[in-house]
Amino acid sequence: MSALIKSSLARKVVMALSGLFLVFFLGQHFVINVTSVIAPDTFNSWSHFMGYNPLVQFLLQPILIAGVVIHFVMGFVLEFQNRVARGTVGYASYKGSANASWISRNMLISGAVVLAFLGLHFYDFWFPEMAYKYLEGNPEDPTRYLEETVHKFEPIWRTVLYIVAFVLLALHLLHGFASSFQTMGVNNKYSAGIKTFTKIYAVAIPLGFIFIAIYHHLNPITH
Amino acid sequence: MKISLKIWRQKNAASKGKMVDYSLNGVEPDMSFLEMLDVLNESLIEKGEEPVEFDHDCREGICGTCSLMINGRAHGPDRFITVCQLHMRSFNDGDTITIEPWRAKAFPVIKDLIVDRTAFDRIQQAGGYISVNTSGRPVDANAIPIEKENADASFNAATCIGCGACVAACKNASAMLFTSAKVSQFALLPQGQVEATERVQNMVRQMDLEGFGNCTNTGACEVECPKGISLENIARMNREYYSASLKG
Repeated sequence: MSALIKSSLARKVVMALSGLFLVFFLGQHFVINVTSVIAPDTFNSWSHFMGYNPLVQFLLQPILIAGVVIHFVMGFVLEFQNRVARGTVGYASYKGSANASWISRNMLISGAVVLAFLGLHFYDFWFPEMAYKYLEGNPEDPTRYLEETVHKFEPIWRTVLYIVAFVLLALHLLHGFASSFQTMGVNNKYSAGIKTFTKIYAVAIPLGFIFIAIYHHLNPITH
Repeated sequence: MKISLKIWRQKNAASKGKMVDYSLNGVEPDMSFLEMLDVLNESLIEKGEEPVEFDHDCREGICGTCSLMINGRAHGPDRFITVCQLHMRSFNDGDTITIEPWRAKAFPVIKDLIVDRTAFDRIQQAGGYISVNTSGRPVDANAIPIEKENADASFNAATCIGCGACVAACKNASAMLFTSAKVSQFALLPQGQVEATERVQNMVRQMDLEGFGNCTNTGACEVECPKGISLENIARMNREYYSASLKG
């Protein structure tokens, strides 16, 4: 077991499992968000549940944050080790595009953009929510979520930033989702199906988030 | 054909190398790439200059000795061949060809285009063997029933010639394809089961110790491998490693 923890394969497992966990979370996040368009009351009640249920707040939320931190910290660790492994002298000529996709070779770039987006996303929603509940000690208001969300998408710059981030997230998922199965040792008759599902999921979910952002930008709530 | 060459020249392991330009006339399209380098070296020797050192042996694609990065690709532009099987007809008159050694921390340059690949030997030594009873009446391996699918996959893995193109092509200089081929060829056969648990753990440990990078599943190794070793071997090694680690 101790050898496993120290090995390169263990670091890859950590990357793969935390990535799969985040993929699952993304789907759940999307399901809640899509109700902000099709069923505003449901969006308010589900958001209120997620914001005040002790199990979600004090168990699932810390697990999620840990998953995000582990995934990006391990990503940077692996990237650093991989650059060291090339040696001090690199190639004068290296045709990476001849044998591997741009997406698979640039997970650091797509990942860094998604990470920067998470910073903005936390600034937009998570920090104000924490302040509302725990610092300011405001009373519960199960009707406020939709308006707060829609309000955020009024500025065009934020909507554009969200769109750019989701495009990069799609690229990240296109390689990362199927890749994590290979890391976990799954390369068999199901792999073609996994790759097809990856393509559908990696395009459909970010596209759905983009649709929601544009929808709210075009349909502001006015009183 | 007239071609221009940019070749990495490095006097020894300790010295700093650099790219040097050469121009070569009279190159025949039917020459192999290594024969073209032979012609270059003859002209350099005639001029009293040091010939370009490069690894080669069988010159028929089976020994795994030749190892050149040509125009940014391991073993050159064509698939499923080694440098010695590459011919000058794959290039055009007037082309500039860049020739570099494999680049990896675990493959230090010895001289010019020759790198030290003994890291692969040490990975093999860490577990790439089986126990065979050599006493009076050994069991004939052909008498042991083996599922055809497993036998084929094992023999495919065993075609790895250990050239190092996988490491050279990988953006992470990872040796996962090589190591997984060596693990797989035994893991799929009954003869390999005796040391199965220790083998994969020891070979992966040695791979890490040598300083190879981590696999990020770009698939570059599979594309550049002259023997077409599949990524399925890496997945198999991962499975073997996880189950072996949990056993102890």
